[in-house]
Amino acid sequence: MPTEHRLILKNADAPGYTPDIDCYLRHGGYESLRKALATPARELPDGKKQSPQEVIRDEVLKSGLRGRGGAGFSAGLKWSFVDRRSGKPIYLVCNADESEPGTFKDRQILHKDPHQLVEGMIISCWANDVRLAYIYIRGEMPHGARLLNQALSEARAKGFLGKNILGTGFDLEIHVHRGAGAYICGEETGLIESLEGKRAYPRIKPPYFPAVLGLYMSPTIVNNVETLCAVRHIVAMGAAEYAKLGTPNNTGTRIVSLSGDVVRPGYFEIEVGKATLGELIFDPAFGGGLKPGRKLKAIIPGGSSSKVLKAGEKFRLRRKGADGQMVQVETDLLDLPYDFDSLQQAGTMSGSGAIIVMDDSRDMVDALANLSEFYAHESCGQCTPCREGALWMAKGLERLTHGGGRGEDAEYLLHIAQNIQGRTICAFGEAAAWPVLSFVRKFKDDFVARGKADEDARARGVIPSHHH
Amino acid sequence: MPEPVASSHPITIDPTMSNAVTNAPAAPPPVEKVRVKVDGREIEVPKTMPDWQGKMQPTTMLQACKIAGVEVPHYCYHHKLPVAGNCRMCLVEFSTPMMDPATRKPVLNEDGSPKMARSVLPYEPQTPRGAIACATPISPGMEIHAASPATKQMREAVLESLLINHPLDCPICDQAGECKLQEYSVQHGQAASRFVEPKVHKPKAVDLGPRIMLDDERCILCTRCVRFTRDVAGDDALGIVNRGSYNTIASAPGRSFDNNYTLNTVDLCPVGALTSKDFRFKMRVWFLKETPSVCTSCATGCSVTVGSREGIVHRYEPRENDAVNGPWMCDSGRLNYRWIHRPDRLGKVLLRGAESDWTSAIAELAALLGSAPKGSVAFVASSRQTTEELWLVSRIARKLGALTDTVAREGEPDRLLVSADKNPNSQGARLTGVSFTEAGVTIPEIARGIDEGRIRTLVVLGEDVTKAGISSETLARVGNLVVSDILPNATTAAAHVLLPGCAHVEKRGTFINGKGRIQRFGKAIEPRGDARAEWEWLQELAVALGAVEPSRSIEGLFNRMASDVPALAGVEWARLGDLGVTVPV
Repeated sequence: MPTEHRLILKNADAPGYTPDIDCYLRHGGYESLRKALATPARELPDGKKQSPQEVIRDEVLKSGLRGRGGAGFSAGLKWSFVDRRSGKPIYLVCNADESEPGTFKDRQILHKDPHQLVEGMIISCWANDVRLAYIYIRGEMPHGARLLNQALSEARAKGFLGKNILGTGFDLEIHVHRGAGAYICGEETGLIESLEGKRAYPRIKPPYFPAVLGLYMSPTIVNNVETLCAVRHIVAMGAAEYAKLGTPNNTGTRIVSLSGDVVRPGYFEIEVGKATLGELIFDPAFGGGLKPGRKLKAIIPGGSSSKVLKAGEKFRLRRKGADGQMVQVETDLLDLPYDFDSLQQAGTMSGSGAIIVMDDSRDMVDALANLSEFYAHESCGQCTPCREGALWMAKGLERLTHGGGRGEDAEYLLHIAQNIQGRTICAFGEAAAWPVLSFVRKFKDDFVARGKADEDARARGVIPSHHH
Repeated sequence: MPEPVASSHPITIDPTMSNAVTNAPAAPPPVEKVRVKVDGREIEVPKTMPDWQGKMQPTTMLQACKIAGVEVPHYCYHHKLPVAGNCRMCLVEFSTPMMDPATRKPVLNEDGSPKMARSVLPYEPQTPRGAIACATPISPGMEIHAASPATKQMREAVLESLLINHPLDCPICDQAGECKLQEYSVQHGQAASRFVEPKVHKPKAVDLGPRIMLDDERCILCTRCVRFTRDVAGDDALGIVNRGSYNTIASAPGRSFDNNYTLNTVDLCPVGALTSKDFRFKMRVWFLKETPSVCTSCATGCSVTVGSREGIVHRYEPRENDAVNGPWMCDSGRLNYRWIHRPDRLGKVLLRGAESDWTSAIAELAALLGSAPKGSVAFVASSRQTTEELWLVSRIARKLGALTDTVAREGEPDRLLVSADKNPNSQGARLTGVSFTEAGVTIPEIARGIDEGRIRTLVVLGEDVTKAGISSETLARVGNLVVSDILPNATTAAAHVLLPGCAHVEKRGTFINGKGRIQRFGKAIEPRGDARAEWEWLQELAVALGAVEPSRSIEGLFNRMASDVPALAGVEWARLGDLGVTVPV
């Protein structure tokens, strides 16, 4: 039976564990930093020499670590894109703007074990020649910001941060920057704009790839809280050991936020791909099943912007057969391993690792109206398709859920959503469009029926036709 | 941060060129070329091209399409503003040569042509993906599908989105007729909207500043105005407040949008959101006759377009000229046209107070000047007059051995376009010899000559000399005071011969700006009353005095002048074009 594998959250919930540095040090804190700083240079079999920093970067690449913020991009590759010859400072920014509905993993770290993040950041900064780093924390997490500032001053006092860290000559300063309550600040270039004191309008790429033209037009790394914590463990264990966790191409552990209609909602750290969606929902070690008498209706598998999966859906996953050849394996929804690649092959994504479970008591039209209202509210409004489309969809759904529906509204909504995805400056366009595209396509009958019912009611004079 | 625009359109004079007259920038060094296809047609384009500041950057799809003669519709992109990429109107489908990931060589079709991969959404490979042409660099072998069904669908969708919350109040909108929403609706729009929801309502008639009114409901949030005032005018005055579909352009709290370049945002605004308080509700733009002209408010000489209808000037707009003003002009110059229609404009030929006519006046002048003893005549001309007129003055003065000068007019310059020299043609006066380098230095000598009785006849053109070093008392001693002007003043009141003059929009001619750019301007409206272009009567007088050979047109007069004035050697009217040429000054 699958169980949690707590690496990052190993101590967080241990009785008596506190977020101060003494407690962290008693639990082996900052040992990984000492290890990283003592990394010797090495010569590769082909004769190429690697500096200690390059060794750490190489370890992170070889660990297979994929970003835990949502896109699941290789952290090591992301680091490798950094322009190290620009002559400009390199910045590292920790994205602690955790805002995706359904996601509550980073705050466990920030609130319970902030030094782990600080240590991961110091190692990552050292490995990338960063002298100035920022933690961009969501404005709604004032307590987390206080704890981080406390942790940073403790680390400074102990010589882990500031000038000449642990006598190595490495200088680093980390500042906490609090957001002001906008979801778009979690988009890395929007975050950078916000950090620069501007409106969080995501930047166009090209040319503004953060690795080249990021914060203050300098090379910048933006990593998620959980990703930076993983770096600490990669250094502690070594890339090879870390890569043994999880499944091929989906290595390590990740924290899953499970919410919705399950008996035991909460966060669970698992080896990536070692538990299925079904296990996460039904296993007593995780969600503990649906509420009594309820049937599964749908799963939003990776934060509210990921495409919904419908109960009973089957997918064809590409898997390596016994003979090493790739074969297609038909897989039930509940048998989908919870990893990056399987969910992608199922047409959705594991995103921020947030699973939202919906049982048969849920109305898909109402649920989508709620989600769309969120995305309309959070669209920054910079580019046309998202600015106009997000509110258009939300208004359509508001009408459909308040007596003004039409049979054609399902198609109407699809039409709007299709004109958003792929046409915007940032991935928010997808975030706003995908719930609509997936809900309406997979539960089309619900949407058509709702609209037709309103049409009938209006025809019979039961509800006024105030919308037309 | 971006450089201010002033430094980005330098006057292009190549010191290595032996020819005195330069029209085009120096021949650029050989450029690396890239072959791309636009709508199936292969073209070669430079690998890099100037960005909004003139810095060389990788050539964009939009620039490549322009070279191919294919227009990519756009709202937020402007070639003299930093790229924003927000309107998404320029999304185009494209293909790139397929690469073998192992060999990193192009994959070839059976006929040897490169196999192309069409741009698709990574998560939905059956759906085409567009790239914004304004910000996406081209790559070798790329094909841009600027007219494909997918590209057209993307444009239609963007346009539909832009219109759902737009008030569609074209009948009462000042922008109607020169509105990009209208233009692109004709080309890419749909007949009916699917939108059945209530529209977003936003502030109307927002008083942004002394010259600008904003209708937020018409705004498409392209941020051209924001970028212009921040990155070109250097005044970070505008921004966006609120979020999503409720986004609203606003000036900073408690601040008025009042720099001297605000009206450029009205030109830049592709829709009817930003309107000029001076022009709004005055005239439908399609009735305006457009005449290429030059602003007369300072020695910068911004190229302008005069919009007039039935003898009335309604507006000036900057006309793009990289050798002078780029696409911009200052507000004070733009609004300096009202005097043209002042009711007290001089409109009659007066001889000693009595109404007369041009024939009599010129005959009397010819007789007067023809018989004047050498040195008894002096001219005070104006650097607001055309180069041709100033040249005629200089020819007549030379014939008569007369002193000449013009009146200096100094003020505050700025870092963008406004010059300290408030005369539009000081260089014309210098190059024709009417004034010395320092204008006005001869005026005290003229005044002394009058006071001492040596100068008996004073010809004043377009200046009130009582404010320029010749007092009313001195003026009263002049035996024959000949004055040509447009508006009444103390000098015109004292004139023995008064000739009504023309505003520059009422005649043709040239001005030479502070940096030696010689530009011609056209006639937008007819002169008032009996007023005649000064060059016409000056030429008649000069011919009568034997100072010049007659020319039948302004073209001929200009060319005759150019062959006489050393600095203008080789310049011909026909070569001036709409943008002018630069002469050494």
